Parts: sequence; C-alpha cells; structure tokens
Amino acid sequence: MSVENVLSARQCGDLRVIAAMMIPANAEYEVPGADDPVIQADILATLGRDVGQVSEALDHLARIAGAPLAGLDDARREVIAKEFRATAAASAATLIRVVLQCYYRDDRVLRSLGLELRPPFPKGYSLEQGDWSLLDPVKARPPIWRRAP
Amino acid sequence: MNDPVDVLIIGAGASGAAVAWSLADTRMHILCMEQGGWMNPAEYPSTGRDWEARFYGDYSPSPNIRARPEDYPINDDNSPIKVVNFNGVGGSTVMYTAHFPRLHPSDFRVRTLDGVAEDWPIDYDTLAPFFAENDRMMGVSGLAGDPAFPPTEPPMPPLPLGRSGALLGQAMNKLGWHWWPSDTTVATTDYEGRARCINLGHCTPGCAQGAKASTDITYWPVALRAGVELRTHCRVREITTNEHGMASGVVYYDKDGVERFQPAEVVIIACNGIGTPRLLLNSVSGRFPNGLANSSGMVGKNLMFHPYAQVYGYVEEPTDSNRAPPTCLWSKEFYETDTSRGFVRGYAIQFGRGIGPVVEAIMSEGKGILPWGADHHRVFRKLNGHRLAASAICEDLPEEHNRVTLDPVLTDSHGIPAPRVDYSISANSAKMMEHGIARGREILTAAGATDICVNSPIPYGGWHLLGTARMGNDPERSVVNEWGRSHDVKNLFIVDGSVFVTSGGVNPTSTIQAIALYVADQMKRRLADLFD
Repeated sequence: MSVENVLSARQCGDLRVIAAMMIPANAEYEVPGADDPVIQADILATLGRDVGQVSEALDHLARIAGAPLAGLDDARREVIAKEFRATAAASAATLIRVVLQCYYRDDRVLRSLGLELRPPFPKGYSLEQGDWSLLDPVKARPPIWRRAP
Repeated sequence: MNDPVDVLIIGAGASGAAVAWSLADTRMHILCMEQGGWMNPAEYPSTGRDWEARFYGDYSPSPNIRARPEDYPINDDNSPIKVVNFNGVGGSTVMYTAHFPRLHPSDFRVRTLDGVAEDWPIDYDTLAPFFAENDRMMGVSGLAGDPAFPPTEPPMPPLPLGRSGALLGQAMNKLGWHWWPSDTTVATTDYEGRARCINLGHCTPGCAQGAKASTDITYWPVALRAGVELRTHCRVREITTNEHGMASGVVYYDKDGVERFQPAEVVIIACNGIGTPRLLLNSVSGRFPNGLANSSGMVGKNLMFHPYAQVYGYVEEPTDSNRAPPTCLWSKEFYETDTSRGFVRGYAIQFGRGIGPVVEAIMSEGKGILPWGADHHRVFRKLNGHRLAASAICEDLPEEHNRVTLDPVLTDSHGIPAPRVDYSISANSAKMMEHGIARGREILTAAGATDICVNSPIPYGGWHLLGTARMGNDPERSVVNEWGRSHDVKNLFIVDGSVFVTSGGVNPTSTIQAIALYVADQMKRRLADLFD
C-alpha cells in the first residue's frame, strides 16, 4: 500500500497547511514553502516507518481543529498549532521532523543556503588546518594529570 | 551438533575483535559468533542525499528506533539516559564518533585517592603496552605532548583544527584552561589499507571512506587471515555448563533461525555492558539458578553510563558545521578531583564542530529557538553553520541500584528475554553536570556565542555501557578476576566494558580494547594452567 493511500486526503491537506505554517515560502531567499508540491511528494514518498506517528499526529490535529485546516482563518490556525504542539508531543515531534528533514534537503533550499547539492561521499570537504600556534600556551603548562600510587 | 572449538567468542565488536586477533597466534581453533552481519560501507548514510534523515531511522544509534533484524530491544523506560549501540561485525565501533581517549592513571585508584567506589585490581601501567598496541591496530591520530596525560605516541598526526577548533582554542586560551587535539581513530594519513579522512563529516553512523576505524576493517581482516572463524547472524541464547560447573558451549540460533548447540573449551563474552549481563542472566541452570557467574549477585549491577551535559551556542563566524569529523578537541581542565567544586572525580570536555542543516533545524525547532512562520528563514540562516558545542562527559560512579535485569515481558525476535535498564543519575553526577554546564557556558561566551542551549543529560547518550560484570579480587564483590576470568566458572572470560570497576570521565573504547588485549595476553601466558 502506498503512503498516499495510508494518509487520507484530509490528512494530506492538513499536512500541507501545517507545513506551510512551519515554513512559508520566501521571495527574499528564493525558497519555496514546505507546502511546495515537490517537498510534499518527498515527505509522502519517504514517510516509511514514521507513517504511524505522522498519521496519529494528523488525526490529533484534526480533532483539535474540528474542520480541515485550509478552511480556517490564520488566527484560528495559530491557536490550533499551539495546542497541537502542546498536547501531542511525540507524534507532533515526528511530524515536524519529517517536514524539516525533507525541506532541508530540497535543491532550491540547499542552493539558497549556499550548500552543495550532493551527499558527503565520495567528494568530501576540505578542512583548513587552523592556527596551531594557539596551542603554545597549553604546551607550556606543566603536567596536570594526577599520579596514582 | 557442531564440532567443538577451543575458544568461542561471543560478539564481534570492539573487544571481541581485539581478543580474537590476539589469541590467533596460539593457533587454537577460535570461533566468533556475531548476531549481526558484515556492513557494506557503500550503503552508509553519507553516500545518499538522505544522509541526515537516516540518523532518525535505519541508522539511528538507538536499537529500539533502528530496529534492524540484528538488533534486540532494550527496555530503558526507567532511565533518563537511553541505551545506544550497534549490532554487526564491528559492533558499536561502526557507529561511534571515533573519539579515543584513554582512562587516566588516577581512574584506576579512586578509592585510594578519593575514598569512593573501589580501586581496580589493575592499573594504567599494566595496560599501557596494550593501549599502544591497540593504537597501532586501530590507527590513532593525535598529538603527543598533552600535559594532561602521560606520554603517548599516536601513529598519525591529529585532525586539523579547522575553523571550529581555532575558535574553541582561542576561547580556552582566554580562560587559561587546558585543551588539546583529541586522539581519534579517524585516519589522517593512508594507514594499513585504509584511506585517509576526506571530511565526510557524518562519521558516527559508519564511515563510507573507511577512514574511521571500526573493527570490521581493522582487527577482523587480520584475524581472519590468521585463521579465526567468524560466524555471522548467530544469536547466542545461553551459555551451557557441564557437571563440573565449567562452560560447555552455547545454544544459539543460526541465520535461518534454527536452534543449535556449539561446544567449546573456553567461552569469552564480548557483548557490552548490556548484552553481557543479559546473556549471563539468561544462562540459568540448577547449578547457577541466578544466572551464570553470578554467585556475587553483581551481574547486571553497577551499570555506569557517562551522563553528558551538552552546551551549545552560535557564533557570528562560520564554523566547520558538518564538513569535518564532529569532534576535534578535548579538555581535561576539570578531570581530576578538586573537592572545592562540590563533587568528587571529574569530567572531560568534548568539543563539537557543528552539525548539518537537517539536524540543526530539528534540534533548534525542538528547543524553541527556530520559529515557525515568516521569521523561520532569517533565524535559520543565523543558526545553520554557526554552531559550536562543548559536552562534559561526567564520570559515573558505581551504584548497585543502577542495573540491568531481564524484562519479564519483552523479548527479541527469537523469543529471548530482553534486557531492562533501571538507572538514575546520582547526586554527585548531577553536581558534576551542573559544573560542566556552567563551564560550558563560560567557554561558549568566551568564543562569542549567543543563543546558548543546554541538553543535560543528552537523552540518547547511553553509548558507554560499563560496570555490570566488574573485575576484582574479591569473588563476593566482583564477577571476574583481575585478568577477566569468571570467579565461578574457570573457563569463562569477559572482555567488554562490563568489567569496568569505575567509568572514568572519557569515552571508554580505547580502554575496553586495551583490557581485551591484556586478558588475551594473560590467557596466552597461562595456557598450561588456564583453569587452575
């Protein structure tokens, strides 16, 4: 069964709205919001073992809201979001994590942050040696370890 | 029934690999059983774009979250510090930061020096040659001349300071406190077939480059060439004994889940401070109704973690972030006892260079410093790539109520009772953590950091699993003698962190492996009268 079928249309809709509340699009930084279709598709495609907790979080959210989030005004959504985070700690944390982990691997977001669009391996990164003379005052100290009988 | 072997080692991690390699020159038939399999570095997280996300899934350090078929569950609900480990060839050396300090000479004499806990039956000088041998086998990078430690000779130069190390070094110099580049098992040069570090940064959940030493790429290839047999995906249920009260072998489940018996002349346990007491407590018989090697009642008791008090903050300058091995420096300024601090013993400080964007976002959101809404992007850009961290790794003293028992309900996939951990942080450790947090704040403030946050204890910080089958000269107060042999069962040995008498205030892998090499050396010297 695909994840899309595990999450209902109502859950998917609420997920989009809550994700946009977390991270809205921003023209200044040229980044999409977390409700962007590509990011949402990544979330749904990679929910994997988190699907149960995310589904539970969205059900809890629906109970608090009493209606699809998309149909509520901003002020009401803010109240619901606060209550959601306060009353569904574990599952809410999972939902927030899956949004963040997909958002911060999106090409457009990484580009905006000045990060390369690749995994660490095989290219790795360069690391400057740094100023080893900083260690001179420490080298000048007498031994500070405690001798044992 | 399988053919009998001379030596059966249970566990192919840090200590199991070391003891197997050392005993190989006896030319005995040595078999090691490991519940996990060989790792494939091409599948490590750093090879994919989802490298950070996998830390919360199939490469989580928590076996309860990771839940691979090789893992067994651990009930750690009654502990503020959750157990983290890895199961497979290499054990938790596959999934560690490669920070590689040794216990200090004073750590072996805590009763004599400070009037607490008990002295070890061995000392630093006894282990010194085995530390050096282990440094060569694992491949340690570091800088000789640390005034906080007896002389050492790391075979490779230290990791670069980088931006983060320089910022932290400047801060420590302002305060006049000790700091030094860490000993690490990350290779800074090509070493014994391993390629040098190229700064993948995501070192902990397996090094795809092979620069980080894990025993699957250090000890095991050499041990296998020397004739040691390693049988993977074999989960040992219990150690059996004969009519003479000697270990006779093990009952295990093979890779197909079939129950089998493996006879052995000598059994060596190398399953870590949780797995070892679990196995001993599961090995009950008419002669050993309270578990094997447990006439003292000490099996499973005196569990020690190292409570970590972590302080982190954000500087204006860019740090190394995730683009370098995560740890680079240590400080031993507060390691040795100073009773004016209000606690005995002490802690090392382990410095962190920074983290990647996903982990930064998740941690900062959780701490409430990364807002939802329009300001999210501005704040994230201030945080990401600007983090520095200092963690006090506090010496935990042994207390019998901190213990590993068998859970009455929870079992692993083979139906073997799972371990249960009951643990609380002592008043002494809590004072030490508070002291470490205050010093961490001073360090980060000296570095110019703001938005300082605290994780104390780091909840998923139970890396170091120590003390649950401790060594000692008194059979009524210890499980094994001063060279690792069970007081009760003369052909049963333990070589992992469970034999620690006290924990010291540093990462224990180096000392665990030195002890394993020392025990192997003692066994070789005593082959003619090993069971006397």
